[in-house]
This record gives sequence, structure tokens and C-alpha cells, in this order.
Amino acid sequence: MRSVRALAVAVLCWLSAYDVSLAEQPKSGGILKMYHRDSPGSASIHEGASYSFNVPFMPVFNNLVIFNQHVAQNSVDTIVPELAESWAWSDDKKKLTFKLRNDVKWHDGKPFTSADVKCTFDLLMGKSQQKFRQNPRKSWYDQVNDVTINGDYEASFNLKRPQPALLSLLASGYSPIYPCHVSPAEMRTKPVGTGPFKFVEFKANESIKLTKNPDYFRKGLPYLDGIEFTIVTNRSTAILGFVSGKFDMTFPTEVSIPLLKDVKSQAPNAVCVVEPSNVSTNIIINSSAPPFDNLDIRRALALAIDRKAFISILFEGQADIGGTMQPAPAGLWAMPKEILETIPGYGPDVNANREHARKLMQKAGYGPDKHLQIKVSTRNIPIYRDPAIILIDQLKTIYIDAELDVVDTAQWFPKVARKDYSLGLNLTGNAVDEPDQSFYENYSCDSERNYTNYCNREIEKLFDQQSAETDADKRKKLVWEIDKKLQEDVARPIILHSRTGTCWQPYVKNVTVMSNSSYNGYRYEDVWMDK
Amino acid sequence: MLAYIVRRLFLMLVTLFGISVIIFVLLRVVPGNIVDILFDAAGYVDPADKANLEKELGLSDPIVVQYLKWIGGLLHGDLGYSYVSEKPALQEILPRIPITAKLAGLALLFSASIGIPLGVLSAVHQGTRLDYALRVVSLSGLSLPSFWLGLLILMASVSMLGWMPIYNPNPQTWAEAFAIYCIPAMAVGFRSAALTMRITRSSMLEILRQDFIRTARAKGASEASVNYHHALKNAVLPVITVIGIEAAFLIGGLIVTETVFNIPGIARFLVEALRWRDYPIVQNLVMFIAVVVVVVNFAVDMLYAAIDPRIRFGD
Repeated sequence: MRSVRALAVAVLCWLSAYDVSLAEQPKSGGILKMYHRDSPGSASIHEGASYSFNVPFMPVFNNLVIFNQHVAQNSVDTIVPELAESWAWSDDKKKLTFKLRNDVKWHDGKPFTSADVKCTFDLLMGKSQQKFRQNPRKSWYDQVNDVTINGDYEASFNLKRPQPALLSLLASGYSPIYPCHVSPAEMRTKPVGTGPFKFVEFKANESIKLTKNPDYFRKGLPYLDGIEFTIVTNRSTAILGFVSGKFDMTFPTEVSIPLLKDVKSQAPNAVCVVEPSNVSTNIIINSSAPPFDNLDIRRALALAIDRKAFISILFEGQADIGGTMQPAPAGLWAMPKEILETIPGYGPDVNANREHARKLMQKAGYGPDKHLQIKVSTRNIPIYRDPAIILIDQLKTIYIDAELDVVDTAQWFPKVARKDYSLGLNLTGNAVDEPDQSFYENYSCDSERNYTNYCNREIEKLFDQQSAETDADKRKKLVWEIDKKLQEDVARPIILHSRTGTCWQPYVKNVTVMSNSSYNGYRYEDVWMDK
Repeated sequence: MLAYIVRRLFLMLVTLFGISVIIFVLLRVVPGNIVDILFDAAGYVDPADKANLEKELGLSDPIVVQYLKWIGGLLHGDLGYSYVSEKPALQEILPRIPITAKLAGLALLFSASIGIPLGVLSAVHQGTRLDYALRVVSLSGLSLPSFWLGLLILMASVSMLGWMPIYNPNPQTWAEAFAIYCIPAMAVGFRSAALTMRITRSSMLEILRQDFIRTARAKGASEASVNYHHALKNAVLPVITVIGIEAAFLIGGLIVTETVFNIPGIARFLVEALRWRDYPIVQNLVMFIAVVVVVVNFAVDMLYAAIDPRIRFGD
């Protein structure tokens, strides 16, 4: 009897193992259907600054190198070759050379060569005759002198000084290689890439269609026959579409925590993942005009923020507190808790912080009988508006009466650029969990994306110092020091770092949601459907 | 009659010219332009790049020059290029017109085919339970916003049928093709049907009290003949006016319905184009809508004479 049972158990085990191995065997075919949250302005990733561009168009392209698409935490250790076969730093760390694949073709049949690499980065650095309409990541390549080629299959980046971060920047979803023979204007409407999927059509406000690239250099990939994005701007309709099975996947990192509950209750089989998105909700301050030209008032503002209240109200507790760099464990460069809590406003006793803030306000001439009247400007979008309302409520505790000033998207950047605001509620997304990207882009004196024009030359020297530091541990300590100083300077007070959800139907396999960037994980070459 | 038609056609041209000026000026008065939005999407502002792009798109030209270029192009059938998609505006607009036309047509059909008979029924049975019930239905139709009704329909479809009637350019079955147009048409036409029903009811009540109705009854005409042949024919003029106005109003009503049901029609496209300050698309679409409204009004006026022989269009 015992032996019969043992045999039965063995057979069952074998069957289940067989079943699992069958289930995990990738299958080719099928069109992955996904909704897109809005209509991207164009199909050109290099000209956009939102992952609305990356999600649908990253599958069309390849980079020289890319973050491993199945490791959630992007880091320099997870970078793998793509159009490059290998890479090597020179001894002085001022030259990064890539050996390129020789079996890659553009979707129009032309061969990919090192000239395309040079063209792409010349365009990005503003060195070519052709120009992008917008070039939001030009500053990423400030330390690159030029890109030189050696034959058809070798390209080198020659740097002004060592910059270990360059490799991470090149591995971002924002760094695809464009073909020389297609103009930037054509790339906005009919992009040609080397990637696993070919562009079919982009109907503004309607749909984006991609089809399998049968000549993809990675043989056997992609598994999917195509990807179709239906543009659904109404979030309720989009979620209902996913729940009803019309879509195989939600738009990545777009399901808010409260909505996630609805999805799970209505589609219990759906696979949902919540990950940090490396997007911070922060306050931009016009420190060039009264009242926030007064450091005491800026410090009072920083002390008044009850971050836990924001997180509890907006994210049901599922968000993180940190400085400029994304908090640990998902963030690689976060200040340790013991350093963070020494920064004014980050201490656990909110009442004590606010008491201190009130004293600072009184020192500046305000008090219970004389409140400071200001406006809190923000975009007319819920993810901006909602935290702005909580901020206004919290400011009341330190004698500041603020009024919400909602600004149309068309007016947001012009308004910020002409300094027509006192306080602004802003969201900052970081494409790469990398201090060079975050510090230079948002806090460098000459950066186009430094909306507040915060400028501290001393800190900027530290930016350069950390950027050139090749010892990872030393660099990390420098980054903590800079981040602490930025918070103490009230440069752009960080309220929270959000977490968001992504859901897919159980038959969609091999999807990995990145945990420290919302911009890098959409190549989808080995995603498949068990249908 | 001919003189009247010529005068109306002339007035139509003047109206369209006025609209073209108003929409052109208003669009430029609204703060921000496509370049601001494009830089917003790129997350930075560079004054030099911005100026270059404004020049490239012709936005730095004087407003009169911009207007003349647009109207000149329009007269030659050149609607310009969409700033966003960089495709010819005509190519962007044309495929969307049949979608909205189908939706609006079905909504109007629903509105008339439900609103008129129920309005007659309600008037004929004035003061009865049926009348009260129909008045409640019509009031609810007027009070429920179509986007809310649309969402309710979507939620009910998903929870009860596990399916939702959102737009699909290639419907797989006849039933799906029917559902993707008819359900949104019903959602948007419900309000319109309620209005038609109330107008029909009040107009019918007024007519049913007229002497000629009593005469018809005295002559032994059947109730159906009295209600539908004598009364409705006389009561229908205000209903036609309302349906005509509704036809124009539907474009506005369709904006939310197209958004909720994700239908790529011109109403939703117009809102998106406005958001992007895509002037060529907005200007041409508004002109198209204006032409539709003006033509519908003209057709309604012509219809009066066809329905009521007493009406003559004199000089």
C-alpha cells in the first residue's frame, strides 16, 4: 500500500513538474494589447521627456547597452550588451569603446554601422547639421567631447574627464540608436529602428501598432507577433477595459494604489506588481523673489511638511520618504536613515518641527495675527493637484494661507520659466537611478531643466567630484553629502517618492517591472503569452 | 423662394466668415501655443529652440498673415498640417468624420424614435400613471449627465457580461459592430430623447385642445388618426426645431461620450487638438462643425415649408 502511495506521489510530482516546464516554455505568437494613458506628442524617444514615449517606442529600437530587462533594480552591474558586443574603458577612464554587432539591420533593410552611433550622439550633442525639435537630454552628454568611429563596427566616446555614470545613461530606455539615413522629422512620425518590433502606425489619440521584426538579430525573438496600444485617456474606461479582458496589460506603472484594489477585486486572477517608480513629488520654490528669498521662510516651509500624512492620504501608506535620490532598498544611492533624519523637517516629531517652523516665521515677521498670503501653483492634473491641496492644508499650521493656482499644461513651463510663482507643486521623474542624471539635470546652475534656477557653485563642485569618482563607495558617500546639502538648502523639498502598480493578465509571461525607473523596461523582446 | 434661398446662402457665408475670424483670434488669445506644449512634453524651455520652432511653424508671422495663409489654403482645399502628427490636417480629420457622423446620426435617430412616440403617448394619456412614469423617465434623462450614464453602462457591461462596448475599428461580429455604436448613441441620445419627449408632449397637449381636433373627433375619426394624423402633424414643428438644435448640440455632447467609450471621432479629437493648441486641426474642425450647424439650420427651415404648407418663404 505504502509503495502504491509513493508511486502515486512520484507520478503526481513528475506530472506537475512536467506541467510547470510546459507552462514555462515560451510560446510564439499573439498580439499583446495594452492601453496607453495618452497620445505621445511624437514617436521620437529622443525628443520626449515622458515615459509615454518610451513604453510604445522602446520596442522599436536598440541601445548600445541596456539594463537587463529581467532585473528589477537597474544598476551598472545589470547592464548587458545590445547593439554593442562588448565595451571597454581606457586606463584613464576617459574613453569608452564599444565593439558593435555586425549582423544588425535597420527595419528598412539597411545595415547598422558605427556611423549610426556617431550620428545619434552628434544629434544629441547638437553637433550635426540636422537638429531635434527638442533635445531634453543634451546635458547627459556634457562630458562627452566627441564620438569617434574606427571602421564600421567600433565606436568610442571620448570624455572630457572620467564619468563612470555614462554607461548607465547609455543603458536607459532614453538612449536608443537612431539611423543616419532617416531624418529627425521622419523619426517623429515613422520611426525606423533595429529593435524586436517594427513600427506600423501611430494614429494620434487612437492607437499605436507595432509588428514583429522577423529579421531581429536575436534569433527566435521576439515571441509576440505584435504589440497594440489603444490610447484610452479616460482612466476609468482603461481600467474597465483591462478588467473585462479587452487589454492584456495595463499601462506600466499607471495603476494608482487605490485603483489597484478595484482591479484586484474585479479581476482576481490578474497579476499586479507595485514598485517604486523613481518619481518624486516635490516643491519648487521661487527663491529669487519675496517671500521665499528669505532663507528662514524656506526653512520653515521645509519643517512644516508632514510627509507621512501625504503618503497615508495619497498612497495608503505605499510611498517612500527620501531626499533627491530614490530611497532604499530600491534606490541605489539613498541616504541612510540616520543621515536623513538629521535633516530639518525629516525628524519623526512633526509637532516639534512645526513649532520650530513657527518660530522661524515669527522671526520673519509673521504670526497668528499676520499670516503670509501666497499661491501654490501646480498643473491641472490630479497627481499634481491632490498633493498641492494637502500642502496648502499643512502650510496653515505655520501661518501661511495659501491658495491653489491650477495652471493649464500649456502654461506650466512658461510660467515657471518666467518665475511667475511663489511655490509650485511638481513631479520629477528620474530616468536612471544615477546621481549624474538627477543632480546635473535638476540642480546644476546651467541646466535647462533646473526650473527653480537654484544655483550653488560649491555644491556644483561636489557634483563634478562625485561624477568623476571611480571608487563606488567613495562616490556613494559624496552623493549622500550632496543630497543632504540640497535638502538643507531647501533647493527643491522632496515630499515623497511614489510607488505605483502595473497589472497584466495571468497568461502574459516574462514581464518585469523596474523598481528604480519607469523609463527603461519596455523592450518586450522576450515577453510571451500563454494563450 | 429662390430669393430667400439666395439670401440664406449669403448669410451662411457671412456667418462662416465671422466664425473663422472669431475662432482664429480666440485661439491666439488663449495663453500658450503648440511650442509651449511641445517643450512641456520635453520637460524644459530653451528660448532659442522655442523661437526656431515658432518660426518653423509660422507662428511668428503677424496674425493677419497667418489668417490669410489659412483662409487662402482653405479655399484651395489645403487645410495645412497638424502641428502634432505632422500629417496633412485633411488626412487626420477625414477618417474621423464618418465615425462621429454615425454616432450622431444614431443618437438623433434614437432620440426621435423614442422621444416622439413617448411624447405623444404621454400627452394622450395626460394625468395617468403612464404619463407620470414617462415624465419621470424624461426628467431623469435630462438630469443624468451622459458621461455618467456612459460609465454606468460600461461598468454594468463589465460586471454583468464580462465585456465592454468600447470602440474597435475592426469589430469581429455583427453584434459587436452594433454595440460599439448603438450603446454610446443611446447614452448620448437619452438626454436628447428626453428633451424631444417633453417638447412633443407639451406641443401635443396644446394641439389636442384645438377646435379642429374636436371637429375631427366629431366627424368620427379614430383616436389613432386624431393623434398621429391630425395632432402630431401640427405639433411636430417645434419638435423639428429642437431636433435641429440638438443635432448641433450633439457634437458637444459627443465629446464626453467619445472619451468614455474611447471612440476616435472628431469631438474627442477636437478636445485633444485644443489641449495641444494644434491650430490647423482646431480651426478646420470648428469650421467643419460650423458648416454642419449652418447647413442643418438651413435644412430645418426648409423642412418647415415641406411639413406645413401654410409656411411660405417670401421676400
